Amino acid sequence: MGKKTKALKAAFPKTIPILAGYGFLGTAYGIYMATSGFGVLYVITMCIVIFGGAMQFVGVPILLAPFAPIQTLIITLLVQARHIFYGIAMLDKLKDIGLKKLYIIYGVVDETFSINYTAQIPDDVDKGWFMFFVTLLDHIYWILGSVFGAVAGSLIKFSTEGIDFVMTAMFVVIFMEQWKKEKQHYSAIIGLISAIGCLLIFGADSFMVPTMICILVLLAVFKKPIEKEGGYLDD
Amino acid sequence: MTTNQYIITIAIISIGSIITRFLPFVIFSEKKPTPKFITYLGKALPATIFSMLIVYCLKNVSILGGSHGLPELIAICAVVLIHLWKKQMLLSISVGTVFYMFLVQVIF
Repeated sequence: MGKKTKALKAAFPKTIPILAGYGFLGTAYGIYMATSGFGVLYVITMCIVIFGGAMQFVGVPILLAPFAPIQTLIITLLVQARHIFYGIAMLDKLKDIGLKKLYIIYGVVDETFSINYTAQIPDDVDKGWFMFFVTLLDHIYWILGSVFGAVAGSLIKFSTEGIDFVMTAMFVVIFMEQWKKEKQHYSAIIGLISAIGCLLIFGADSFMVPTMICILVLLAVFKKPIEKEGGYLDD
Repeated sequence: MTTNQYIITIAIISIGSIITRFLPFVIFSEKKPTPKFITYLGKALPATIFSMLIVYCLKNVSILGGSHGLPELIAICAVVLIHLWKKQMLLSISVGTVFYMFLVQVIF
């Protein structure tokens, strides 16, 4: 079996929850775009060149509002700022894997990052190709789900209400798996307290950037105990 | 907006997204040694991110109104219990989701 086939076979099962999640979220996005008056071509283009669930949803009212390039850029940087965190966390993992790295970085989204960061990749599987295929499969699911929503969304007859919970469930399970691996839980608790605190103070639409600042400050303050306990995920 | 303005807007969103994704890799290249604090962040951040993502998924749940976040709370407890019991990622996620759909469609 070739290196790539092997990596693809290892990557696919890990992406099944995302297939379900993006199938639904993408469909919802496609319907939203279609009912806002945008054709399939717009849907496909945005899925390819933006590839970010939250940002694409936010993008719809931006496209419907008067043209405002600077404001659009600022909103984008704020909504997508969490990718900077993912990048810092992935710095080491993406070393020495060649040009594939460019596409993996391009395709960083919450779900792909979660899989690529946490997956126990077997030793005989090429790590670079594994991450490449996780990214590519997720990207394809997102495009297919969205196109489906745009062309056939109105035909769904049974109620899919609540199916978006698949993402929450996935993050809860990943959180538990990480919790087991950690020697200290400072970081996990810092994340939880910062996010809940900022959500209560700043509200659902603008709590992510304050949360990230809060996390950085607290990680800096608790650097000594965290390093002393050596509870890094990898160790 | 005109068609050209649509295209420019989408391009700006794309470029903005690309900036946030590539920024760490541009600043901290493979050739120079990464500053110690950034290496520390790289290891300490992921655990905070998973906490943050759970809260992010639940951000629109209203504790005071609607169903008071009960379906979410019950379904998350179910996911945790199933996962502690069977330790099968896909099983915990799928049973938890179907259970949540049942809760919001039938019970609440």
